[in-house]
Amino acid sequence: MVVDSEVVLDVEAFRAEFPALRQQVRGFPLAYLDNAATTQKPRRVLEAISRFYERDNANVHRGVHELSVRATKLYHEARATVASFLGAERPEEIVFLRGCTEAINLLAHSLGSRLRPGDEIVLSELEHHSNIVPWQMACERTGAKIRVAPIHDDGTLDLEAYRGLLSERTKIVSILHVSNALGTINPIREIAEAAHAAGATVIVDGAQAAPHLPIGVRALGADFYAFSGHKVYGPTGIGALYGRYELLEELPPFLGGGDMIARVTFEGTTYAKPPARFEAGTPNISGAVGLAEAIRFVQEIGLERIGRWEETLTKLAHEALGDIPGLTIHGPKDRKAGVVSFSLRGAHPHDIGTILDTQGVAIRAGHHCAQPLMARLGVPATARASFGLYNTPEEVQALARGLEEVRRVLGL
Amino acid sequence: MSDLRELYQEVILDHNHRPRNQGELPDANAVAEGHNPLCGDQLTLYLKVEDGKIADIRFQGCGCAISTASASLMTEAVKGKSVDEVREIFHRFHALVTGEAEGQEFFDEFDSLMALAGVKEFPVRVKCATLAWHTLQQALEGGGVASTE
Repeated sequence: MVVDSEVVLDVEAFRAEFPALRQQVRGFPLAYLDNAATTQKPRRVLEAISRFYERDNANVHRGVHELSVRATKLYHEARATVASFLGAERPEEIVFLRGCTEAINLLAHSLGSRLRPGDEIVLSELEHHSNIVPWQMACERTGAKIRVAPIHDDGTLDLEAYRGLLSERTKIVSILHVSNALGTINPIREIAEAAHAAGATVIVDGAQAAPHLPIGVRALGADFYAFSGHKVYGPTGIGALYGRYELLEELPPFLGGGDMIARVTFEGTTYAKPPARFEAGTPNISGAVGLAEAIRFVQEIGLERIGRWEETLTKLAHEALGDIPGLTIHGPKDRKAGVVSFSLRGAHPHDIGTILDTQGVAIRAGHHCAQPLMARLGVPATARASFGLYNTPEEVQALARGLEEVRRVLGL
Repeated sequence: MSDLRELYQEVILDHNHRPRNQGELPDANAVAEGHNPLCGDQLTLYLKVEDGKIADIRFQGCGCAISTASASLMTEAVKGKSVDEVREIFHRFHALVTGEAEGQEFFDEFDSLMALAGVKEFPVRVKCATLAWHTLQQALEGGGVASTE
């Protein structure tokens, strides 16, 4: 395949901004193809974090001194940056949390407190454990039930079957935007429309979408949308939950503590308005600052361009891997986001991962925290290569060469 | 690359492709399940223990080449051994795959287990090599589920 120069980013220039990419692993140049697990961080994100600690570090809110004023300003600006990234109407619709997992736990707790026996929560077969387990815990507390929307064999959602699950009992539809295990992009707009028609609240797990697609929460029809900073070239330990403001206002708090209150006496507490209501304790200020810088970085390049580049790499990978005897690629052929999940007959993914690593190629092998999906595909695990904006066609070739080595070492 | 050849040597590939003592054991009197949450490997181990000795042993499950070969080699090594001997072999085997002991002199009797010595160069794969052994220990201690985590 000829790489379309129209869509080619100046990859080498971007690569130079990522210190971790410039290293040898076991004598080979690192080919980091594990971006769906976490991305590397550009220098400007690392610098924003250390600049904050070197110059502006103080606790936020209510501080009267200069440093606290600066830290508070940076924290608020970060919130506004995330709001514009997601297409929210106002910064107050953004709650800073540890990541997507905490966001879904918050919703399963706070939104889940309204569930009654017989109520239903609709998930899909594609879900990550982080969008399954919190709901199972909510069901144990409330007597609500989980219904699971099936997928087709190609890893795309069976929309008709999904619609068939919806009824007046459906209170929540919680579904991922992009599958971390297969790269499938879910048609959120259609999913949300049908859910709203049934009177359900729509939660979107955007952990895997945020690095690859432009997101407009309003246009998508998401009532809540969660993502993690570390998958968008930002630091670990910070993520955000978007919630339509009127929904956040009605929502009871999750964790109690400082900063989430309006007034406390031993007789009782009045909670603060959102987003403060959901941010008990000192927040991850440096994380928010780093995340905002990461978002500015991807926005300057443009998510459309990043998405097109990753699509190019994905196509190259399908071509390069398609000819390898015994290799099956799981999930959709196209319309997917930067993930190539595969099996090689006679080779367990874990062995594939080890052998590729000896050639500097970093992939992930395992169930990708989606065991129900693995069961649906009829495999114990898969090997997964996942791309980011800094990956190159040469790295895709290194993967293909590495797989030939896998076949040789394992005698396939 | 030589580390890799050491890891995936002929004995390992052979036991991976044609595992010995695979299947259920209808008259088993001790059973345990093992999981490696890291990679999703899982196996069920069936034991027939008589007079403090492992009279028969079989395993079922799916896993990587290292965990499958290790389970297969283990069943051959422990059959006919007493529970105390098994504990001692595991102790030495663990030292071998973690690189804590050279182990050569320990394993004159169990030459085939030496095939897994290459694992010590791949610390993340130690759990694959020891899953069957942890499961065996679990079975001897009364059954249940063993996890490498």
